[in-house]
Amino acid sequence: MGFSIPDQSVASWRDLMKTRLLAAGLATIATQGMADTPVLTVLTYDSFASEWGPGPGVEATFEATCGCDLQFVPAGDGAALLARVQLEGAGSQADVVLGLDTSLTDAAAATGLFAPHGVAAPTGLPVPYDDPLFLPFDWGWFAFVYDKTKLSSPPTSFEALAASDLKVVIEDPRSSTPGLGLLLWVKAAYGDRADEIWAGLADNIVTVTPGWSEAYGLFLEGEADMVLSYTTSPAYHLIAEADDTKAAALFDEGHYLQVEVAGKLAATDQPELADAFLQFTQSEAFQSLIPTTNWMYPAVPLAGGLPEGFDAFHPVKSLLMSPADAAAARGPALDEWRAALAQ
Amino acid sequence: MALGLALALLALVLALVLAVAWRGTGLALGPADWAAVRFSLVQAGLSALVSTVLAIPVARALARRRFPGRGALITLMGAPFLLPAVVAVLGLLAIFGRSGLLNRGLEALGLPTVSIYGLHGVVLAHVFLNLPLAVRMILQGWLAIPSERLRLAGSLGFGPSEVFRHLEAPMLREVLPGALVVIMVVCLTSFAVVLTLGGGPAATTIELAIYQAVRFDFDLGRAAGLAGVQLAIGGVAALAAWGLYRPTGFGAGLDRRLEVAAPAGWRLWGDGLVLGAVTLFLTLPLLAVLLRGLPGLAELPAQVLPAALRSVLVALVSTVIATALALTLALESARRPRGLIEAAVTLPLATSGLVLGTGLFLLVQPLATPMVLALPVTVLVNTALSLPYLYRVLLPETRALQADYGRLAESLSLSGWSRLRWLVLPRLARPLGFGAGLAAALSMGDLGVIALFAGEGQATLPLVVGQLAGAYRMEAAAAAALLLVTLSFALFWAFDAGGRRAAA
Amino acid sequence: MLQLDHLTHAQGDFRLTADWSANPGDRIAVIGPSGAGKSTLLAVIAGFLAPTGGAVRWKGHDLGPVAPGQRPVTILFQDQNLFPHLTVAQNLGLGLRPDLRLSPAEQARVEEALARVGLAGLGQRKPAQLSGGQAGRAALARALLRARPVLLLDEPFAALGPALRAEMLALVREVADQTGALVLMVTHDPEDARALGGETVFVGDGRANPPVETGTLLANPPQALQDYLGRK
Repeated sequence: MGFSIPDQSVASWRDLMKTRLLAAGLATIATQGMADTPVLTVLTYDSFASEWGPGPGVEATFEATCGCDLQFVPAGDGAALLARVQLEGAGSQADVVLGLDTSLTDAAAATGLFAPHGVAAPTGLPVPYDDPLFLPFDWGWFAFVYDKTKLSSPPTSFEALAASDLKVVIEDPRSSTPGLGLLLWVKAAYGDRADEIWAGLADNIVTVTPGWSEAYGLFLEGEADMVLSYTTSPAYHLIAEADDTKAAALFDEGHYLQVEVAGKLAATDQPELADAFLQFTQSEAFQSLIPTTNWMYPAVPLAGGLPEGFDAFHPVKSLLMSPADAAAARGPALDEWRAALAQ
Repeated sequence: MALGLALALLALVLALVLAVAWRGTGLALGPADWAAVRFSLVQAGLSALVSTVLAIPVARALARRRFPGRGALITLMGAPFLLPAVVAVLGLLAIFGRSGLLNRGLEALGLPTVSIYGLHGVVLAHVFLNLPLAVRMILQGWLAIPSERLRLAGSLGFGPSEVFRHLEAPMLREVLPGALVVIMVVCLTSFAVVLTLGGGPAATTIELAIYQAVRFDFDLGRAAGLAGVQLAIGGVAALAAWGLYRPTGFGAGLDRRLEVAAPAGWRLWGDGLVLGAVTLFLTLPLLAVLLRGLPGLAELPAQVLPAALRSVLVALVSTVIATALALTLALESARRPRGLIEAAVTLPLATSGLVLGTGLFLLVQPLATPMVLALPVTVLVNTALSLPYLYRVLLPETRALQADYGRLAESLSLSGWSRLRWLVLPRLARPLGFGAGLAAALSMGDLGVIALFAGEGQATLPLVVGQLAGAYRMEAAAAAALLLVTLSFALFWAFDAGGRRAAA
Repeated sequence: MLQLDHLTHAQGDFRLTADWSANPGDRIAVIGPSGAGKSTLLAVIAGFLAPTGGAVRWKGHDLGPVAPGQRPVTILFQDQNLFPHLTVAQNLGLGLRPDLRLSPAEQARVEEALARVGLAGLGQRKPAQLSGGQAGRAALARALLRARPVLLLDEPFAALGPALRAEMLALVREVADQTGALVLMVTHDPEDARALGGETVFVGDGRANPPVETGTLLANPPQALQDYLGRK
């Protein structure tokens, strides 16, 4: 008796499962591409590939013109994506990686696994961003989101937040990209005073969650007055739930940007398709899907303008460290953060 | 064969850690890592201690009282243990959180509110999740005291304190070490609960350090080193429990039903109070989970159903394999106690899910596309991770079986299939049902590994819950989580009730 | 012929030796002080304990490598002779086929054996529904069915009253007569030894002495046996 299941039985229970699904009229399982259709494999984060993310729309639109089968491979959240690329190394089946953010691109570039994309930098970002290896496809401002019905005068800076007795939930910079974004935000805004800011915030922080969804969930459950999220979060509630009670607090020191990028893997066996896909990420067809499925700003200005709610919270100042600065700042900032909050 | 299995299990765990280590470079644990080790030990030790100590009066009350709804309460005991960590946390927060029931009540009375965040919150959540498991393990011990022994105690005029000293204390001595170790080791690797309720970086566990090492630093050597530390702690705990084990030597009874004496007076009130308190403690958060999930049920996305089917299938296959393996190991261990088996069935619990998944990924990738093996790999990991619970549940029973009927069975040449059919299965139906139910439900809720392997259209239900929550769809996520919990509980109930019926 | 050939079983400070043989049809009582090794002797013969020296032979063959259930031996323990979750009939059936796939003829033999020991009609009961005497009878009925050439009794009737015990002994004699078995019966009561008829082995001082005719032994006991019996 061994631990592995014989392949045959695996095949048969898979088949069984498939027939059951079909019988239930749920033929939504992925269809295998025809043998002669080239397959473009895009490694991305879960919520991009999921049914309610941009994935299905992107797939349908791109496949209509590429004569290929576009397959998304979900790899967990944004932070897991880079680990996955490194795990797979040069042997990866993926052709394109979509969804790294600029706090990770320095490390991603250092792997040597990416090839230049050759596409002109998009123009819709609030700060110029041009990287030969990584092409931005969307972006957003980190912000603290609150409920207008419960909080009438939100703080206008980290210092005001620290001075208030408001409670906030944040994400852990060691396990999530928004958490890391906040760490870099405070560093970019305050430099050497960052540890002082963190010490001031210590009694405002209810808790630190492993990821964005836990933090946002706690906020919606009423565990905190504010949560670290994006300026676009209120737009989700407005558009998807017709709920206009959520708002983002605008901070005078500026808001840190999350810029999400795509890159081509050097070892791809479909370089032309990969190039075509990267070009496609800059198209109106792709970009117009972004606001209401990924709840971020498009990297290229949309012909029809932005949906309702996306102009509601517009910071006056944008902060973004270069990938190299972000990578260099991370370790010391993390120690600072830990020391200030661990008491 | 059993020893071979134990070795295979050990090899699996160690090989995966080594696979991760091999891709990394050297290991140096800094002060922050040692702080994580210390905190992990403290929170896991406290959680295990509080869960087990509180479980004793609850198990005793359940053993000696008969009341309407007792069976339902015992079944309900399975539920918290089966909750995915994040769901359990949200359920607990509805009661103990900043705007939870408790604090609203305190406010209404003009009393100061309490915060759940911090070490005490972590322990509270772990007790919520594991107290029921401890109760079930200890209750089984109570029910296993032969009625002949209780009758003897009655005839000698033993009062409750003498019964405790001569019968219950030796039973506890046998059952508690195993319960303590399982709970401690499982809390050791707890991640989401500790991080969410811990309140900040002071509450950093080894598992989080591993997470960071893999996710951001891609320092696999460090991850493997930390996983090794975690394994070492688990191994030491397992061997300590093995060393502490003392058989009761109660001997066999004739399966006569004789209830544990039910003393009246203040003890009756005490039992009532204990049962009332534990029922409230366990059901209120469950109720909150139910209420959170109900509104979204109507508009669950279509993806949820195939994911649910996939999860159930994976759970059933994992359960069959894990039950067969655990029974084999527990029978062998009863025949002759062996440290090797003890270590082999405890270490998987102490294994970091992330390292396990990463190790498997590294091993599988050169051989096949990981996606192709997503479900078999999930079955493998579920089997390895649920086997320890099954083994713990079965071991006291296989030991009793061996002590009481080993020679008789041998003298009648009762071996192989006949022994299984006529001796093992009928006598162990109850713990087998309970253990299989646990394994099935645990396999339903398993995460971590599938996330690395699943491709398009291979997501299991827990993965879909995470995906929904990651896309703002908190209501749908709560509903999918409710579906997950309901399915887990249904599987648990079906196996548990099946076992009890077969034993009756 | 059962031969205990320079047999030794040692464990820690405990040591038991035996060097004698017995023939089919012999009825041998085994008496001696508590802890002297009476049960150990039977356990070694039955195969639950391995000899540390010498051998147990049956018809000249060393039983060392033979599993307990394959030995020409039926043993009745002090207790736990019946599985409580099986019916009395199933408990007896295990003596014929461990897989319990009994042919109608085998089922009839089970019924017959039950009737022989006075348990007719009680086959569907569980052991917990039997009295102590009935449970002993059921165990003897299974010995009857197994019809092994050696019957080992490790004080299975110790808990019964004198009258019941005498009845059981009579039943043991009947079973032994019918199967022609060699009987080795542990007891602490010399009256039981007398009632069994035949020979007696005295176990004391680490030695199971060769069997001696019971009447002769009790009439002229060696010193150690005298001490045990409490006579001057």
